Amino acid sequence: MDLSFGSEYEAFREQVRDFIDQHRDQAPKGGGRSGQAKAWQKILIENGYTARTIPRQYGGFGAEPDIIKARIIGEEFARAQVPGGMGGQGISMLVPTLLEMGSEPQKQQFIKPTLHGDIIWCQGYSEPGAGSDLASLTTSAVLDGDEWVVNGQKIWTSTAHLAHWIFCLVRTEPEAPKHQGISFLLFRMDTPGIEVRPLVDMTGNANFNEVFFTDVRVPKDQIVGKRGQGWLVANSILGFERDSLADPNASLARINALIKLMQSETVAGKRLMDNPVYRDRLMKLQARVMAMQFNDMRVLSSRVNPGQDATMARMITKLQGTELRHEVEGLAVDIMGEIGLSYGDNPYLRDGGSWQQQYMFYLGLIIGGGTSQIQKNIISERGLGMPREPKVEAGKA
Amino acid sequence: MEFGLSQEQTLLQDSVNRLLKDTVPLDEVRAIATGDKPDASVWQGLADLGVAGLLVPEDKGGVGLGSLDAAIVAECLGYHVAPAPFLGTAVMAPVALVGAGGQDELLGNIASGQVRVGCAFSEAIGARADAGVTANNNRLSGKAIYVLDADAEHYLVATSDKHLYLLNTNDAIKTRLTTIDATRSVCQLIFDNVLAQLISDDFDVFTKALDLGRIMLAADTLGAAQCMLDKSVAYAKEREQFKRPIGSFQAVKHMCAEMAADLEPCRSMVWYAAHAADHVEQESRLIACHTKAHLAEVGKFIAKTATEVHGGMGFTDLLGLHYWFKRIGFNRQMLGAPELIREEAARIQGIAA
Repeated sequence: MDLSFGSEYEAFREQVRDFIDQHRDQAPKGGGRSGQAKAWQKILIENGYTARTIPRQYGGFGAEPDIIKARIIGEEFARAQVPGGMGGQGISMLVPTLLEMGSEPQKQQFIKPTLHGDIIWCQGYSEPGAGSDLASLTTSAVLDGDEWVVNGQKIWTSTAHLAHWIFCLVRTEPEAPKHQGISFLLFRMDTPGIEVRPLVDMTGNANFNEVFFTDVRVPKDQIVGKRGQGWLVANSILGFERDSLADPNASLARINALIKLMQSETVAGKRLMDNPVYRDRLMKLQARVMAMQFNDMRVLSSRVNPGQDATMARMITKLQGTELRHEVEGLAVDIMGEIGLSYGDNPYLRDGGSWQQQYMFYLGLIIGGGTSQIQKNIISERGLGMPREPKVEAGKA
Repeated sequence: MEFGLSQEQTLLQDSVNRLLKDTVPLDEVRAIATGDKPDASVWQGLADLGVAGLLVPEDKGGVGLGSLDAAIVAECLGYHVAPAPFLGTAVMAPVALVGAGGQDELLGNIASGQVRVGCAFSEAIGARADAGVTANNNRLSGKAIYVLDADAEHYLVATSDKHLYLLNTNDAIKTRLTTIDATRSVCQLIFDNVLAQLISDDFDVFTKALDLGRIMLAADTLGAAQCMLDKSVAYAKEREQFKRPIGSFQAVKHMCAEMAADLEPCRSMVWYAAHAADHVEQESRLIACHTKAHLAEVGKFIAKTATEVHGGMGFTDLLGLHYWFKRIGFNRQMLGAPELIREEAARIQGIAA
């Protein structure tokens, strides 16, 4: 057990801290893609604090992959409460996919503007009839001369209303087995025939959209990988998404915020923290958050020490992390009593209404990115080697 | 950076597991648990591997290893539900004696496996109305219940003010207590103004021994729960109903997935708690409490769920799964049940009055 990062890394940490101290006044205040945000992104890339391992020829910093340096950068920006590099599905999902599976012209065309915030992407995967069974998707693309003609509907498409481009799974070989008939297309969101409708969810916000395609014409070469390889292409990045949905450090920050809330909020003249039942529930969750942090350290360690196996530790992260976060938010709602109901413009809101908001939002994340039940199938079948559910024969369902 | 076991630690784990697999199969556990056989040969075998003296410094005849090594052994013992006086004799007593200084001869005898030192800590954690130990001029009076290891030659007794005294087994009136977990022996000790040796009046010595004891109980649960999960998965793959292995039904496989998902972070937590006990002083008490309480909860869930996966067979004595169920139950209650320990965790952080 050696939890120190060593002197080389501690020096690197100092370097990151110095950078933050010297540049923090240039950091953008809000999120989004303002001019200030893009300028900040450029500074971060030039100094290697985001897009760190993306090759220079594609607009990145071009450093060797080093998981510990990446961790240190994340830790220091979080500690200083200064925004790090831009996120979004283009940067976190499409860029790694293109690096892996894209053609040279595609890499040249898309990676740099994506990293710099000039192209915003959305992801067209789920459909009304293809959720957990994503491979049964039916949005079709038929080749007509030099163009694909796309028809169908996507759902759960976050940022579709802002996106310039979409990376989209479509069925191009209707006769092939379902996993082998899918292709991965890239096309502009202002192409005629695309309609985006906001999908209001239980939080009251439109975090997602529905996207409808009617005879959308896409140039033939805007395909990543070959015809029928789309499932492979998509699977190479789903892992990225699952890990990012359940960050144990974010859960720890929420536990600490909850402790503050319980120390300041009173009911009948008594602090919430002084109620032993509430306190016990808090301590139970704090222990679980700690366990997930140590689990995360083990996963990190297995990436730097190739001899270590942390397959199961990684496999359970999405399931445990999202369920746990939902419970942390839910405890705050519970113990505030009627105040916990406050929403929207209610003057009694606590912490900007984030507890109720996140409580519901994390229920969405328990379902999204592979439901908890799908996660349990993966854990038991791939992790524990248990037998798969027998397939239902056609016509007997 | 390396979060995991070293090569030496993996070797230790392998050799203890191998010994227990070969010498303490379920039939042997059963023979000892039902009183047909003493546990002496099990303990001698472990002592020969260095387990008894694991935490005794080398210059006092021990191996001089650390808390993480001890946690690894505890996990192995839990996995095999091995009856052995590890917790008191090899962990809590040596930690207290080394912390207090002196007692070199006794430490040497512990390390060789010749002498067992039981631990009476329950009264210092939360004395019952009908028990409690007080000291007056090095004379002990009162009653200690749920004392670890009924077969010890010496006892380390914590008084209500958390001072530690050492005495000989003949100086107390000893009664064996039956608990659900027959792989562990506990007893009651009555002291009638008997002379004892003050070992420590330092609160930190008491808490260090207690924290380590709690981490070992958590590690024991980790091993026992892992074994129950392994047995469940194996059984669900083999047992057929409705012409297919029951493990192909989602109702059953999801029970296994839930056990695995809850247990896997526990391994990292136990490792970290043991590491922190030696190396991260400012966090060690809090983590020890949370680890004990969290493993108690996960252990309880797995003990129940694994029994259910085995269906009716899980309920029988024939299969013997109940030894693991009861072991996990013992670990949960001993040295502080989870609610009590969580309150302690809140106090340590200064958020409970």
